[in-house]
Amino acid sequence: MKIAMTEYLRINTENEKWECRVCDHEIASARGNYKEGLLVYDRDPTEIHPPIIDPEKYRFTFSPDPEWVRILEFCCPHCGTQVETEYAVPGHPPLYDMEVDLDALKAQWAARGEAAIPYAGPAVVREDGHGH
Amino acid sequence: MNDMSNSGRGKLPSAEDMALIKKFLNDTTLFLGPDPEIMQNHDLMPRSADEEAAIANASDAHTIAKIRDRIQSGCDEGYEMVEQMGAAPGAKWGDVITGVYSASGDLAIASAGGVLIFSALVHHPIKFIIKNWMNDPTVGVREGDGFIHNDSRYGNVHNTDQSMILPIFHKGRLVCWVASTVHEGENGAIEPGGMPSMAESPSDEGLKMSPFKVVENYQIKRDILTFLQNSVREPKLQYEDMKVKLFACLRIKQRIEETLNTDGPDALVSTLRLTMENVRAEVKRRISEWPDMTVRTYIIQDSTLRENCVVKINCKLTKTGDRLIFDFRGSAPEFTNRATNTIVAGLKGMLAQVFLCYVWPDLPRGQAAFAPIEVITDPHSIVNCSYDAPNSQSLMSIFTGFTAGQHAVAKFLYSCPEKFTKVHAPTFNMINTFIWGGVSQHGETLGNLCADLNGMGAGATVDRDGEHALAPIFATMADIGEQELNEEEVPFLQLVSKKMTRDAVAPGKYRGGQGYTMMVATKDSEQWGFMTTAQGAKIPPLQGLFGGYACGTYPLSKVQGVDVYDVLMNTPEKFKHSIEEIMNEQPFEGASYTTHHMGMGFEISKRGELFMISQGAGAGYGDLLERDPKGVIKDIEEGLMSPAVAARLYKVVFDPETLAIDEAATEAARAAERKARIARSKPYSEFVKAWSKPTPPAHLPYFGAWGDDVSVLYMGSPQKTREAATPRPNYMTHPKDVRIAELEARLAALGAMGGEKQ
Repeated sequence: MKIAMTEYLRINTENEKWECRVCDHEIASARGNYKEGLLVYDRDPTEIHPPIIDPEKYRFTFSPDPEWVRILEFCCPHCGTQVETEYAVPGHPPLYDMEVDLDALKAQWAARGEAAIPYAGPAVVREDGHGH
Repeated sequence: MNDMSNSGRGKLPSAEDMALIKKFLNDTTLFLGPDPEIMQNHDLMPRSADEEAAIANASDAHTIAKIRDRIQSGCDEGYEMVEQMGAAPGAKWGDVITGVYSASGDLAIASAGGVLIFSALVHHPIKFIIKNWMNDPTVGVREGDGFIHNDSRYGNVHNTDQSMILPIFHKGRLVCWVASTVHEGENGAIEPGGMPSMAESPSDEGLKMSPFKVVENYQIKRDILTFLQNSVREPKLQYEDMKVKLFACLRIKQRIEETLNTDGPDALVSTLRLTMENVRAEVKRRISEWPDMTVRTYIIQDSTLRENCVVKINCKLTKTGDRLIFDFRGSAPEFTNRATNTIVAGLKGMLAQVFLCYVWPDLPRGQAAFAPIEVITDPHSIVNCSYDAPNSQSLMSIFTGFTAGQHAVAKFLYSCPEKFTKVHAPTFNMINTFIWGGVSQHGETLGNLCADLNGMGAGATVDRDGEHALAPIFATMADIGEQELNEEEVPFLQLVSKKMTRDAVAPGKYRGGQGYTMMVATKDSEQWGFMTTAQGAKIPPLQGLFGGYACGTYPLSKVQGVDVYDVLMNTPEKFKHSIEEIMNEQPFEGASYTTHHMGMGFEISKRGELFMISQGAGAGYGDLLERDPKGVIKDIEEGLMSPAVAARLYKVVFDPETLAIDEAATEAARAAERKARIARSKPYSEFVKAWSKPTPPAHLPYFGAWGDDVSVLYMGSPQKTREAATPRPNYMTHPKDVRIAELEARLAALGAMGGEKQ
């Protein structure tokens, strides 16, 4: 069974792997940290959040201070999809952000049956109200 | 062994002695401070004998649903009254709540609109009243009484919010409580407006009211009122809003009495109790549908509002079966002399908002929705501060705690087939607005804030962009009021307002909702000033979701040495409507142009000086290379992004004149960028070897745990730490003293101290 865990990651309960939902690449063991199977880039945050006011003139510019924070960009090594970002203090070990109890997950979904696509959630439907 | 040795056993006092000791201690308590038994507990009180008997007599589901709807309507009616009649600006835009509490003090039903967190915290003072005043012969709780309260240490967000609490009796039996709470603003603190960031101890935070009786026979006691009026900067507001809250409570009381007359007290008591128990049970059922998992995240505060530093809010969220545990251990230690600490109940109240506003908005609003969820913190930490720590700017820590919770919860929800909302990236979490005070053009002494704090940009969701400047995270149904009406009362104008700040974006497959620019300038008073109280000028206070980015950072810009009203009168073409243009072009000759972090202490402003800020954007969702190119062009057309930034980030190729998209070139550019990502990135294990360090960097004043080890908290440098479980004082030096020391060191290095005696 394949369970969509995030926008780009799923868990394959048969081979117990984290997989890329975009290219089907096997990323890492589902009993561990999916990040271990991804590539990482240390992004200067000013490249994503560019200064709006002149950094030559001003101390604060709408752009994060690259000496205070970095963006860790995690991508699939096969298709290059950006799976996760982490705004990190320089040198702070990346987080083991999703530590799944795989056996519990298997049992939970064995009772449910496989979902074709994850349910996006209830839509806000316009009601035109009472009319004549 | 001799008779003097203490063998422990056998020397314990008897039950009779213990009762006597307890009575002695109760009779001779010198100070009834905040009670940990009340303040650390957010679960429902046990079912009382009275409730048991009521449920045995009346538990028909239809009757209970009918009564619940009637009480809900009563709460909503009370809410409307406070919003329409309240004098505080907070009342006008919905920083208000009303609610009905069980006889034991649990919040059963809250008004549908307003700031839920207020009500989620008012059960604490009611339980204090029950425990301490009910049987105290000098106080007592009688029909016609009303109690006032604002001290957050006894249960509140911060002491700018005041509550009026009334017990409701039926033929001598206490059947429930009603309460009304408003963000009043002024409270006599060291700075006007009720939320001083300059407070260095609770004594700087103004009026601190533990729950006490201020109403008898439904009349406000004038002697106490006069004392309270003398304790704040807005005496008329203090009186008016006490009356408004009292009358809102009386209206809810009237609705309760109508129910009592038609259905009897047992049906009412049963309704309140079963509503809470049923919600609690439903919450546990919903949690059990989530995957069993631990999710870790952290949010960084980049200041104490006095100085920039790195303050960690650490969150580990674990779900097992039907248990959900928020573990905030490893968050920064409490600051002994900074106001950004929160009591743990404030954090819990704000986490309750994650669920009631963003995850399960269909549930009845009350205390029960968060009751079964567990929270763990370190003692004397920034998210569980002590009695002696200032907490008037607790919003900084409850908001970042909220975001940590919102970010973690989203990772549980994605795979869960049962959803009640869409998976949601974090909404912007800072109150980027102006707090103001002084003497108005009408000679009134005022202290309050601009309702624009309610204009936080929403996070993107699983299938759409976030909405711009939508609502505050603490009140999804709030309003931002009418600025023009406000300007009749205050001596300043918002010269630019509700204009989106270009390029201050949170990119993603779906982008976050953006924030707008505010420019204010004093006009009609020589005694008027502003302050700002937000973090996020150096480090974004959010995380993105599933490959999306957080927002950027948002500074304060000032233009001084100019009167823009003269400019507008004489050379209006010089005035520009964006911070970007004014700061980069510097159109006013002779003026000074400066930038600052968003913790500006109260500052008197001269006529026509510009203070400029921007609301923040909600976080983005998903890989930005998947964003529909049409959405990118729409962002350009709507002025949200400049063409250059849009093209560089999203790799969309378009004609600069017509904005026509070149689909093939865009596809090629995006494919090339994906390859470039792979080329420039490193495998995780190789990256971590070079990146991860054993301690925080020496160049950052870092507070909190580092990495996975939450047993040690850093206190500003790699050398200064505390055991997480063992509190230590954590003093910060006055920023001006820091600056003086820096400048003196420079002078000394230049040999320019002139032999000054030390």
